[in-house]
Amino acid sequence: MKWNGWGYNDSKFIFNKKGQAEFTGKRYRLGGMVLPTFKEWIEKTFGASLEHKTTSRASLNVNDVPPPIVNEEFLQDLRATKISYSQDAEDRVFRAHGHCLHEIFVLREGMFKRIPDIVVWPVCHEDVVKIVELACKHNLCIIPFGGGTSVSSALECPEEEKRTIVSLDTSQMNRILWIDEKNLTACVEAGIIGQDLEKQLSESGFCTGHEPDSMEFSSLGGWVATRASGMKKNIYGNIEDLVIHIKMVTPRGIVEKNCQVPRMSTGPDIHHFIMGSEGTLGVVTEVTIKIRPLPEYQKYGSVVFPNFERGVACLREVAKQRCAPASIRLVDNAQFQFGHALKPQVASIFTSFLDGLKKFYITKFKGFDPNILCVATLLFEGDREKVLQHEKQVYDIATKFGGLAAGEDNGQRGYMLTFVIAYLRDLGLDYYVIGESFETSVPWDRVLDLCRNVKERIVRECKEKGVQFAPFSTCRVTQTYDAGACVYFYFAFNYRGISDPIHVYEEIERAAREEILANGGSLSHHHGVGKLRKRWMKESISDVGLGMLRSVKEYVDPNNIFGNKNLL
Amino acid sequence: MVPHSLFVCSQQKELTSKKRDEFEDILEERRLSSDLRYAMKCYTPVIYKGLSPCKPNAIKSVVLQSEQVQYVIKQLAKEMGESPDIIQEEAMEILDEMGHSMQLGTVRFFAFTLSKIFKQLFQRVCVNEEGMQRLQRAIQEHPVVLLPSHRSYVDFLMLSYLLYTYDLALPVIAAGIDFLGMKIVGELLRRAGAFFMRRSFGGNRLYWAVFAEYVKTMLRNGYAPIEFFLEGTRSRTAKTLTPKFGLLSIVMEPFFKREVFDTYLVPISISYERILEESLYAYELLGVPKPKESTSGLLKARRILSDNFGTIHIYVGQPVSLRTLASGRINLCPYNLVPRHLPQKPTEDIQEFVSDVAYKMELLQIENMVLSPWVLVAAVLLQNLPAIDFELLIEKTVWLKGLTQAFGGFIEWPDNLCAKKAVMSGLTLHSNIARLVDGHVVLNDKGIEDGAVGEIVFKRALVILMCSTYRNQLLNVFVRPSLVALALQMTRSFRKEEVYSSFSFLRDIFSDEFIFFPGISLKDFEEGCFLLTKCDAIQTTQQEIYPTDKGSVVVSFLSAMFRSFVEGYQLIFRYLSKETKEAFTEKQFIPGVRSFVFQLLEKGTTQCYEALSSDMQKNALAALVQLGAVKKKKMSNGFSYSVNQEAIHKILDVFDARTPVQKPMAARL
Repeated sequence: MKWNGWGYNDSKFIFNKKGQAEFTGKRYRLGGMVLPTFKEWIEKTFGASLEHKTTSRASLNVNDVPPPIVNEEFLQDLRATKISYSQDAEDRVFRAHGHCLHEIFVLREGMFKRIPDIVVWPVCHEDVVKIVELACKHNLCIIPFGGGTSVSSALECPEEEKRTIVSLDTSQMNRILWIDEKNLTACVEAGIIGQDLEKQLSESGFCTGHEPDSMEFSSLGGWVATRASGMKKNIYGNIEDLVIHIKMVTPRGIVEKNCQVPRMSTGPDIHHFIMGSEGTLGVVTEVTIKIRPLPEYQKYGSVVFPNFERGVACLREVAKQRCAPASIRLVDNAQFQFGHALKPQVASIFTSFLDGLKKFYITKFKGFDPNILCVATLLFEGDREKVLQHEKQVYDIATKFGGLAAGEDNGQRGYMLTFVIAYLRDLGLDYYVIGESFETSVPWDRVLDLCRNVKERIVRECKEKGVQFAPFSTCRVTQTYDAGACVYFYFAFNYRGISDPIHVYEEIERAAREEILANGGSLSHHHGVGKLRKRWMKESISDVGLGMLRSVKEYVDPNNIFGNKNLL
Repeated sequence: MVPHSLFVCSQQKELTSKKRDEFEDILEERRLSSDLRYAMKCYTPVIYKGLSPCKPNAIKSVVLQSEQVQYVIKQLAKEMGESPDIIQEEAMEILDEMGHSMQLGTVRFFAFTLSKIFKQLFQRVCVNEEGMQRLQRAIQEHPVVLLPSHRSYVDFLMLSYLLYTYDLALPVIAAGIDFLGMKIVGELLRRAGAFFMRRSFGGNRLYWAVFAEYVKTMLRNGYAPIEFFLEGTRSRTAKTLTPKFGLLSIVMEPFFKREVFDTYLVPISISYERILEESLYAYELLGVPKPKESTSGLLKARRILSDNFGTIHIYVGQPVSLRTLASGRINLCPYNLVPRHLPQKPTEDIQEFVSDVAYKMELLQIENMVLSPWVLVAAVLLQNLPAIDFELLIEKTVWLKGLTQAFGGFIEWPDNLCAKKAVMSGLTLHSNIARLVDGHVVLNDKGIEDGAVGEIVFKRALVILMCSTYRNQLLNVFVRPSLVALALQMTRSFRKEEVYSSFSFLRDIFSDEFIFFPGISLKDFEEGCFLLTKCDAIQTTQQEIYPTDKGSVVVSFLSAMFRSFVEGYQLIFRYLSKETKEAFTEKQFIPGVRSFVFQLLEKGTTQCYEALSSDMQKNALAALVQLGAVKKKKMSNGFSYSVNQEAIHKILDVFDARTPVQKPMAARL
């Protein structure tokens, strides 16, 4: 894994000797491929140039790292438990951050003011119980750490924390404890990483179907702690639909239910105090989660719409008829062009001829304006027959909204991009381009207005803040629900000529969030609040609502052992 | 309470850094080239970037099918037990009555005829070209609302003519339904982009829904700039009328609901050297009814074509971004919790905001309103009746010019024009109001000597009201320092807090007469003091305010300028305190107070002719209602008023300076 960027060390975007963009490594379909039009796209979109480069520090400078504050008595107690731990600088820095832009920026060019003092690796529920007991005994601060993919500043250590900060890394609690085929559930330790969970379940012919974009690196416990959402929630549901039972260790003791049932009426669901608690109450150690037999058949697809409005109308209709495929996403024109720029070099003349023909058909014959059209990507899953039937139904609806089927390949590439797009930020950072994504959920009737206004607000704020080149600001509708949709924004700009780019970036992101809220969007659909979006919590859930959450925190963790200061 | 910091700050800034654009005469070009070719020119206006092109009729069906209108139709159908189809038909009729049907042909017809007429009537039509360029950019960026001042029917004709000349998108204009009473002309206006609203439709939910949706649809689509008059009607006195909020809140709503990213509000100040309707207005104010809009009336009025009406100045102000005004000021949460198509009563916050914006826009109009030399002459003349030496008049006019400019007034006085010529040209243009006799300037009240006493009073009142129409254009520039001056005289004390109390009292009394930004009495007081200090008329210490020796001229001039209002209001209040024992309607009140004042004028006990003005009478009544001295009750046919005698006597006592203002002192003086 990279220490100062996203993902695996061997996978990254580079410019090769010919000056062409290339994605390295063999892990992704894009690996080893040359992307001939990408450089031009970057230059055109950001006004960036390959000559102007910034470079990250090659490695962590251990001398910069704040010295650990650990008292010896605690260490003695800890050693007695035989739980492995580390006070190594690199281990501590690695767990001092998530993947917000400012965090990565600090890694490249600066140092965090406060980082964990010690990292511990429990291997089972009992280990966690012991650690929490020790923390209570010695009055320490525990910050649970799963996959480290947070984008809400949730993992940052509060600067003013004087106690020893223990980073509780759950990665060694990664076993599937049992699989119950009769009830289609599995009990899993919370530290397991998404892709490992799916891989291991598939060996028995099952899956959870929970696929957040971060699933290569994020953990089950993290999903629970942030109320995660998966790409295929239309079939499998979001985390709150998937979870049957949670075991959590808190300073007050262990919280769990007495049975593993599909639903119960026993007052407010205590799972809902846990899901989204963002590590403020305790450590989730074991989760019983629903599983499904692996789907027999998967098929990608894509539809081109003459414009974004028609595309949204189509998604709305699909949601209304409750026939959404496993995943359906609609990208706006800017993102379509972006995806286009990431098209690898085609192997044969025949394919390129075919591409040309398709383009001709869509733009000339059907009269779609390539600067307005937008694309929906689809993923169908299930029995082969049902998938085909389902596919027809969706394409029929799309036709009513002026949509044209645009092939499986485009669809598949769209989903693949979801995984590699996170790598792109590291490339941008090398060339004075900074960017980030953020998301919201919004009622159907406000989707278009929200998308337009937020993008416009970003453009305006950039201008006002002295950003010299027009920003890249784009969105996609990534999830559909009965009553609304989830919208995802990408936003990036070239910061040359700006002395404090991170500050400018944060101000613009803040303005964009204000705009979202003013347009009737939510504070977050699935990224969570962390410390990044705390200031809007009161506005979001009212004073009383906030008080309710506070009183739970006060009861469960009166001494603020879980002191990451998220959420409240 | 939310502080009005944004508004107040900008006001103060404007005081110190006032830079205005240059004017360009658009008639000059018209006098040189063919009107026909001009009317037939290639007209390809710049349009809003998000425009979805749409024909006038298509808009109507969009409105009719809109969720907003359909919702109200269904509601009404349910409540009245009628079929929705019938109500829908009713809605269609409303739309047909209301909707414009802009056609390029008609626009070209107007372009041609108006060229002819304007050239005949006016010497020059001056426009700030930079304003037009700003407007052009604004139109492309966001939906635009044009907010011109309203002094004459010429206003909207001229504005459309102007936009056509500059190749800008023609506005759709909210016009009173009475225009439809005019044969042919009503339809012509409709085709030139006018849409028609009934005068009052508060109770009619269907009408309100259809009308609001019609306006909002045009705004959201960016179909055309929307133009309406904040003042609601033509000001008969050339004083800015207090704003109406209905239409403004309609055009602001799409932004509140974030259906548009932003909306530009463009204040436009149109000032006339000589107002076309000046004598009509004077008659109307004196109770001789306004002729109904009719085509034959219009034709009869054509004799005015032979008259000269001088120069028009149109100042297109800086477009004001609604988003900027609203930023940090309003909580949009209520809009997020109700589907956007449901009719929703604006929250108090929103109402307050709309009102603030309305006042701000009017203050911007006032700020950029061009004042001609004649306006100064009229102000001097009215303080020196019955006659003033010509040379003295010139001297005082020049003096007043300096004072006006010091107070931020926008005087258009050509650099090379000597004072004598300027005054002379004003007198020539307004020979119906004043004339030069034996080296003295007197009011033109020819034929006044013969005739009964009543007739003499009436004729004199006519000419004084006409003259005051021009002085009135100065009043909003002078009102803050003048009320300080008046307060100083009323208080007979120099203690700051007492002066402020009197100032506050006057500001409340005159709240319908002049334009004050709501709730900033203290700021207004400080501004008045600041301006007076600036021209050395007063000195202030921590506790006291007193006129300087040489300042007494200024102070007495300023208070004299508003004397007729003080006296007029006193007369009207006296009438109410004496003559009205029972509840009355406005229809009873106006003639009653008029004949009361008339008698006093006949007897010669007062010289306050302006108290005959129905405008002043209505304003005074409205002020009393606001102060709680008169109770206003809604009746089946309009409003009924009843006087609280005790309260009105108290007010009169303060006014006559018999008792000091009893009011909690402002804490922060």
